Amino acid sequence: MQKTKQPVLRGGGSINPGGRYWIWYLLPALVLYTLFMAYPMLDSIRISFYEGTTSARTYVGFQNYINLFTDEVYSKRFWNAFGNTWIFFAFHMLLQNVLGMLFAVILTNRTMKGRPFYQTITFLPVTIAVMVTGYLFKMLLNPQFGGYALKDMGLNFLVHPWLGDANTALSVVSLVSVWQWVGIPTMMFVAGLQGVSEDVLEAADIEGCNGWQTFRYIKLPIIMPVVGMIAILTFVNNFNAFDIVYTMTGPDGQPSYATDLIGTLFYRYGIAGEHPVGIPTPGIGAAISTSVFLMLLAGVIPTLRATQGKE
Amino acid sequence: MEKQKTSSLRLSRMHIPSHIIMIVWCLISLFPIFLLVSNSLKDRMNLFRDPFGLPLSPTLDNYTYVMSDSNFFRYFANSIVVVVGSLTMILLLGSLAAYALAHWKAKVARITYYFFIIGMMLPIKIATIRLLELMKIMRLLNTLWSLLLVYIAMGLPIAIFVLTEFIRNLPADLYEAAYIDGAKRFKIYHSIVLPLIKPALATVAIYNLVPIWNDLWFPLIFITREEVKTVLLAVTKLQGQYATDWPKVFALLTMSALPVLILYLSMSKQFVAGLTAGAVKG
Repeated sequence: MQKTKQPVLRGGGSINPGGRYWIWYLLPALVLYTLFMAYPMLDSIRISFYEGTTSARTYVGFQNYINLFTDEVYSKRFWNAFGNTWIFFAFHMLLQNVLGMLFAVILTNRTMKGRPFYQTITFLPVTIAVMVTGYLFKMLLNPQFGGYALKDMGLNFLVHPWLGDANTALSVVSLVSVWQWVGIPTMMFVAGLQGVSEDVLEAADIEGCNGWQTFRYIKLPIIMPVVGMIAILTFVNNFNAFDIVYTMTGPDGQPSYATDLIGTLFYRYGIAGEHPVGIPTPGIGAAISTSVFLMLLAGVIPTLRATQGKE
Repeated sequence: MEKQKTSSLRLSRMHIPSHIIMIVWCLISLFPIFLLVSNSLKDRMNLFRDPFGLPLSPTLDNYTYVMSDSNFFRYFANSIVVVVGSLTMILLLGSLAAYALAHWKAKVARITYYFFIIGMMLPIKIATIRLLELMKIMRLLNTLWSLLLVYIAMGLPIAIFVLTEFIRNLPADLYEAAYIDGAKRFKIYHSIVLPLIKPALATVAIYNLVPIWNDLWFPLIFITREEVKTVLLAVTKLQGQYATDWPKVFALLTMSALPVLILYLSMSKQFVAGLTAGAVKG
């Protein structure tokens, strides 16, 4: 994962490398991190084998998982949200990350003017809260907002209840999320591409490589580790996405669960309670988060292996 | 022939297609933000009459109305307390731990290092169900402490990752001399290491600032009492209250986005470096 570049002064420069006293510097961070992150994460796995809440918890084995994957009520919602999340992920991989790479190739062109300006603007939406983006687009996409004005301009085809139509809602929510996050892969690719040496590019130019060939055979192999990192980041973030759906189409992922993602499903089952009953089932919630956890591991480790080269 | 070549070179140096692509994308990026701000300055009539135009008779009424909410400044104060408090603790505890991990060569230290680093890959949301119970048991629900503790825990892995690398790569003779002279461990941390790692501290602060200020998930789950709500949580309530009065919602959203937006525009370089830090190096 990390570069194993050995700095000259490393190693020899440690003060008191064997001293046990270091533990006191480590302890405060270790305690907080363990208590409020590592332990609750691991314990969520245990909870997924139980039913009920803190006060009255009974061991049920794999029943929560069986319910989640096969029970008529639970599994219908789960597989729906699971499928939606993959579609959501596909939008980010194929659109956000490809756009990000395109912008990065443009923005690392040393002879082009105005690059800092373009960079600043492209990255700007990243700093806005997802919630603000969500509510903003919810209004902008409402036919009441621009309906009349668009009709006057002859842009009738743009007037459509984009978020109310089950056929378009998920795509529109995904596109809004892509709009917001393009800046991240762009800047990561920019950082990666800055490592490509000028000499190599010049040589390629002299040999008569066109833009695409230079990209395909010189730039792309060099930034492969970055591609892997971005794929992982996108994967992890998408399987935790919640705010965008919560604000644009509500915690139920309306219309008729068309925009329900794993993140919103987890919130309803584990924390808020599913409409109309409103009583959360922590065991099912924990089973969802554990499944996500295992899936992330299963996705992340091979991607790291494939793209990060040899340690 | 020669002339033709230089003129085609000059033409390609102008990068016309590249400029077109970037200009189009910048317009796509900015247009919704333009609509957000411009419509917050209109009254209802003008918003529905001309939603895409500039506000011809701009008004601040929406802002004064939103700010007249008795708790409005309270929400901002809460968010600021949470952000400043958790960032301070992340930097302090993170740098102390990183200082130890960079110098302590025992096996325990290596294992601890990896234990922290794994946390960068795993989203803390997975832990929510247990965290909620934990906060209930500790009677921290509906207090800012619940948010502070979670944000500190969540920010430590990246802090330790970035800072340990940074301290390891500091030129060793700087503090070796002080150590041989008998300077105490803490004195070296305080007067030599801390000043040197300032740029790395800035990176870590920015990396954590945006997600903490912008977090909706934990306030939504931990906080129901008005007096301890953060800005973003309050916005979810208020936007429902003003639901039919769109200019006020626009004003509300603009105000909640403004602090980070201003920070970003005044130091965009540091922001880009900070927000992409964990990913590039990790």
